Amino acid sequence: MKQLFILLGIFAALAVVPFFVSSEFWLNAVLLTLYAALLGQSWNILGGYGGQFSFGHSLFFGVGAYSVAVFQVQLGVNPWIGLLLGGLFGSVIAVGIGFLTFRYGLRGSYFALVTLAFAEVFRIVSNSLWWTGAGEGILIELDQRAVMMQFKSLSHYYWLLWAITLVCFLTVWSLGRSRFGARLMAVRDNEDAAGAIGVDAFTVKLKAMALSGLFTGLAGVFYAQKFLYLDPGIAFGPAVSVESLLVPIVGGLGTLFGPLLGAAALHIVGEVAREMIGDAPGLNMVVFGTILVLMVMFLPRGIGGLGKMSVRNIFKGGK
Amino acid sequence: MNSAILLPSILNGTTTGALYALVALGLTLIYGVLHIINFAHGALLMVALYGVYFLYKLFGIDPYVSLLIVPPLMFCIGYVLQRLVITRASHGRDENILLVTLGLSIVIENLALFFFKSDTQVVDTPYGFEVVEIFGAFLPYPKIIAFVGALVTAGALWLFMERTDLGRSIRALAKERKGAQLVGINVPHVFAMSFGIGVGVLGIAACLLMPSYYVSPQVGQGFVLIAFTVVVLGGMGSFGGALIGGLIIGVVEAVGGLVLGESLGQIGIFAVFILILLFRPQGLLGHKV
Amino acid sequence: MLEISNLSIAFGGLKAVDAVSMSVPEGGLVSLIGPNGAGKTTCFALITGFHKPDAGNVKFCGEDITAVKPFKIAEKGMVRTFQIVQPFAGQSVLENIAVGAHLHLRDRQDALDKASSVAHEVGLGDRLEQDAADLTVAGRKRLEVARALATDPKLLLLDEVMAGLNPSEINEVIPVINAIRDGGVTILLIEHVMQAVMQLSEHTWVLNQGRLIADGPPREVAQNPVVIEAYLGKGMAERLEKEKRNA
Ligand SMILES: Nc1ncnc2c1ncn2[C@@H]1O[C@H](COP(=O)(O)OP(=O)(O)OP(=O)(O)O)[C@@H](O)[C@H]1O
Ligand SMILES: [Mg+2]
Repeated sequence: MKQLFILLGIFAALAVVPFFVSSEFWLNAVLLTLYAALLGQSWNILGGYGGQFSFGHSLFFGVGAYSVAVFQVQLGVNPWIGLLLGGLFGSVIAVGIGFLTFRYGLRGSYFALVTLAFAEVFRIVSNSLWWTGAGEGILIELDQRAVMMQFKSLSHYYWLLWAITLVCFLTVWSLGRSRFGARLMAVRDNEDAAGAIGVDAFTVKLKAMALSGLFTGLAGVFYAQKFLYLDPGIAFGPAVSVESLLVPIVGGLGTLFGPLLGAAALHIVGEVAREMIGDAPGLNMVVFGTILVLMVMFLPRGIGGLGKMSVRNIFKGGK
Repeated sequence: MNSAILLPSILNGTTTGALYALVALGLTLIYGVLHIINFAHGALLMVALYGVYFLYKLFGIDPYVSLLIVPPLMFCIGYVLQRLVITRASHGRDENILLVTLGLSIVIENLALFFFKSDTQVVDTPYGFEVVEIFGAFLPYPKIIAFVGALVTAGALWLFMERTDLGRSIRALAKERKGAQLVGINVPHVFAMSFGIGVGVLGIAACLLMPSYYVSPQVGQGFVLIAFTVVVLGGMGSFGGALIGGLIIGVVEAVGGLVLGESLGQIGIFAVFILILLFRPQGLLGHKV
Repeated sequence: MLEISNLSIAFGGLKAVDAVSMSVPEGGLVSLIGPNGAGKTTCFALITGFHKPDAGNVKFCGEDITAVKPFKIAEKGMVRTFQIVQPFAGQSVLENIAVGAHLHLRDRQDALDKASSVAHEVGLGDRLEQDAADLTVAGRKRLEVARALATDPKLLLLDEVMAGLNPSEINEVIPVINAIRDGGVTILLIEHVMQAVMQLSEHTWVLNQGRLIADGPPREVAQNPVVIEAYLGKGMAERLEKEKRNA
């Protein structure tokens, strides 16, 4: 219960941010942080709570993003319906891939590589289909009306994202107090032991895939509507996959607030790095890559785990 | 489709495949011994390619002469990387190694991007465009040299594993970690040697590759999944498997490109990768686990 | 309640379990003993679906469950524990047990309540919030039992839950197992601690090199020369080995 109050408190505070922050720059900074938290939390459902590390989350992101864009541009489907479709397709693709990989018992690194390979397949295919705009990408026509899920004011985009992210976080909160969540974490910690006491690991993992794919797909829809442009590299390239996994790893895997913490920390570090070393291409990725290496080496439980760790444990973690 | 274009494309694919095999050899060695997947393999290949490129550009050293310089340097990089970073990262989960090597590859690639910009660089050797005709296919000399070089390297590696003390230690360690410790093998050292050799082979691959290829900060990305595919196809940890797997993948890509068009050709590779992982994760030659 | 017939599996050339047939009556407390490497744990793995037998079949409550998935077998009411304990490390004792309780209880609070009462039953009541990874060996063994018990099984398969415990700890566990049986759960246990086998079980089967070599009331079985040979033969071999090495 305490967790829920803290969560709602944070989101209440986030909801009113646009009233207090007048500069576009800062509002955008908070928006991007929230967006990273959404991506990270979606990954966290599967990776943090379920122990299945995906290297190809851009697949679900891209499917969501292309769903809203293609249906809108090619068939004139309203983007609000596209939002539902994006979430649905993200989820369906995730379940499909989960079905294939988990059915054949792929775990650990193999799972990571298969998800990555699927993302690559989608990237290559979308590169050569006319209806996805192929290599040139796809442009959503500018039409700043709320019915078209396009807004004149940044704060309206912000609230849309806020709402999606809130639903995602509430879902994860409920994992901590539901049978499904208990089973998911049991599978993560020991699949055999879980099976012995009646946990159907296959189904549990598929459900986690479905949720993870759903919210990642929604993040993709948001991206498409916010930037109104997609190409195969943006949608299915490795950048989104890396961001998705980096955020919870930095903040704390398998924790409710980890992705929020990780997103904020990464954003701050990214900005500071930019101030210090300038806006050269690739440098912020150097920083993020370094953070990933150091986190896994020295703080496998993320900065969220710092509070619970004694100095001794930190050293143990570093060994 | 007629055999007049099919045969040349198969031959071409075979020579490319030999290079894939060479890249995959290092990966499979590392996997076979340490049971870890080195995601930074592509990025390290890129480093080696830049090494070859700059040796040529700055000092006029021919890529084939670089065979004396780049592989030993890559070996050292690999050795140090394993001892300083990789061993400390696993915490008992192999996914952690994957994450750390992913982080490393991000760092390496983006540093390259920062220093060298995203331009594509080539070395223009006098022999780079000379071709030989074999069965109606025109194959550039460097590709043929690379093909032979890949086979020689694979053979040498095999001999090394069979005939030298270090090779025997590595194989003992690959089979049974605890037992190897008991008979007095210095496990951390042999681990790091294996990793170093795996990365050193990348140096050889780079020298053989550079005359007929190019280098850019992202060049490794293309190789990484291909190398995994080769390794998985041939059976994780199997040398012969990597060799055959590389050749198969090279041909699949070339023929796939012929049938589906250049950009879709790679689909064939990933299709092979996914199918193999799903249905025969032990590889074509591997044993059922 | 449980009937296995002609169950066999080989690993490579090694026949780990070789044509084993036995049956466990409802309400009984019976045991399976045998020297190290006899194939006892493998037997459990075959019965509960962790391994697929090369031959033979398993019937539970009249239903053929050969090679059915472990979680389905658990749903039907047969649950095993692991000789090498498998806690959900990083989760508390209560959370660990609650996973078992969730088998038949959807509601989280119900499952936690059930878990707490089971924890008290097996003597873990004072360590509910402790991280399962921080338990002592004895604690982890109890956790194994508790997690299985929380699923409300009809038949419980206990694999060496007393191994590694000191005599006073063993004396604490014996009444716990008796109490579980008195609560209506049928029990089949694998045990090396003969004192426990004698005190607890009504009937025992003896496995050696994958084959059943004897069965009957524990006291009689312990007198059986074939059984003594199976155990002592190995002991003798070991002793000779040692003498040779020391010489
Ligand atoms: N998965 C496996 N693969 C190969 N061999 C196995 C496997 N599991 C068990 N064995 C072998 O089968 C034999 C029986 O092992 P098992 O663990 O069933 O014996 P056990 O009676 O439980 O012994 P203990 O009293 O030591 O627990 C042993 O020789 C063991 O090495
Ligand atoms: Mg055993």
